[in-house]
Amino acid sequence: MNLSQYLTKEHFYLNFIVDDRYMFFVNGLKVTLTVTLFAVLLGIVIGFLVGTIRSTCDKTGKLKVLDMIARVYLSIIRGTPVVVQLMIMYYVIFSSPDASKVMTAILSFAINSGAYVAEIFRSGIMSIDNGQFEAGRSLGFNYAQTIWYIILPQAFKNALPPLCNEFIALLKETSVVGFIALQDLTRAGDLVRSRTYNPVLPLITVALIYWVIVTILTKLVGILERRLRKSER
Amino acid sequence: MKNVKKFAALGLAAMMAASMMGCGGSSSSTTTAAPETTAQQTEASTAETTAKSEETTTAAEAQTEASAGGVLTMATNAEFDPWEYHEGDKIVGIDAEVAEEIAKKLGMELKIEDMSFDAVIPSVATGKADIGMAAISVNEERKASVDFTNTYADSALVILVQASNEEIASSEDLAGKKVGVQLGTTGDVTATDIVGEESMERYPSYFEAVQSLKQGKIDAIVIDKAPAKVFLSQNEDIKQVGEEMSSEQYAIAVAKGNTELVEKLNKAIEELQADGTFDAIINKYIPAE
Repeated sequence: MNLSQYLTKEHFYLNFIVDDRYMFFVNGLKVTLTVTLFAVLLGIVIGFLVGTIRSTCDKTGKLKVLDMIARVYLSIIRGTPVVVQLMIMYYVIFSSPDASKVMTAILSFAINSGAYVAEIFRSGIMSIDNGQFEAGRSLGFNYAQTIWYIILPQAFKNALPPLCNEFIALLKETSVVGFIALQDLTRAGDLVRSRTYNPVLPLITVALIYWVIVTILTKLVGILERRLRKSER
Repeated sequence: MKNVKKFAALGLAAMMAASMMGCGGSSSSTTTAAPETTAQQTEASTAETTAKSEETTTAAEAQTEASAGGVLTMATNAEFDPWEYHEGDKIVGIDAEVAEEIAKKLGMELKIEDMSFDAVIPSVATGKADIGMAAISVNEERKASVDFTNTYADSALVILVQASNEEIASSEDLAGKKVGVQLGTTGDVTATDIVGEESMERYPSYFEAVQSLKQGKIDAIVIDKAPAKVFLSQNEDIKQVGEEMSSEQYAIAVAKGNTELVEKLNKAIEELQADGTFDAIINKYIPAE
């Protein structure tokens, strides 16, 4: 195939300007960002709860029942592909007509991401030396206070880099929402492609947009990490 | 112990030698085909042929490969019963069988590549497949990217709704309703023109649209009439309403500028239509009322 034949001015016009096709990309990006943002927030909540339960059980041997439930959750979510989870969510769990597709997508990705975030939090908590914990207890803090005031702030700093990787991965993973006919950024590219039959421009555009967002996110995380490290000096 | 080590070393050396001989063996087998030429010459000539085959990947030149017997690659979306669908481990349907007959006439071997419908025309346009045969309706947008053969079948778009639905009786009632289609089909384009971008639900394939219709997630489906009939026969809780929305013709898509292949295909289609093979295949999949 001759690449340059798809990169002409006419093709640019056809793929972006005709019928306001650039709006497909804009609207698709909105959906992608909405799903990612809310899935991340909800995922942090789920991951934080599950991660704390798991590490509490690891450290103290309490919360055995909750730990069992958490283990089952982790095993199911991490043992099945996210597309399958999304389809089950859409066609089986929320099969009612009023279920919003965006909500369905947010929930599936939050539940999926929560599992990975939980393990990240747990490893962050477990990475803090036991001496810190003992010091907290001997200062008269109870278990919850020690965790909240002493362990978690340090654990969060350790967990931040993998946490951000997880969110960047999540942003890209949302590209499968087209399976439930939700029109995200990737699907917008497919849609334009299905109208213009140009295999080059829409795909490259979509890839570029993802890349720019991920690069911005990575930069922001770098700044945040540097800020958090300042307290160490 | 020392002896054992020596033995092992000897064994390894022997294995290495044997594996090297294996390599040499394969090249010597190519030379046996042309005993006079030296191994080096054969190597040079194979290098030349690979370079040539790389050149022929451009769409215009692909026809020389296609006409020389060989393989006819057909791009399709095998989720469109009765035109093309999976049965066991094979892809069957009207298009698949017709393509088989055409390949026979051209003296070629048919290879079917299954992909999503919106990928069929790009695959043909970029030369990944020789022909696209997937109940593709001819329209102006598609003509801009690929060439078409003469049309070989008539079709039309129809509307499917839930059996209990009394609101939608024709295409005029679709306004403001959620309409499901398969991405990139003429149903997609036509329905978008009627109900607008916001009301469209574009699924990867029509069976998913039907699934959503049955669950009440969407109000209607716009789809080609033959697959509609199949879905109706498989699902009692959906029905067809209104008149046919359009009349369309299917044709085979070929890379732009490949007139030689188009002519060959046209000739094969004409012959198949003349000797009744074509009707026999269609009647087999779409029994006349």
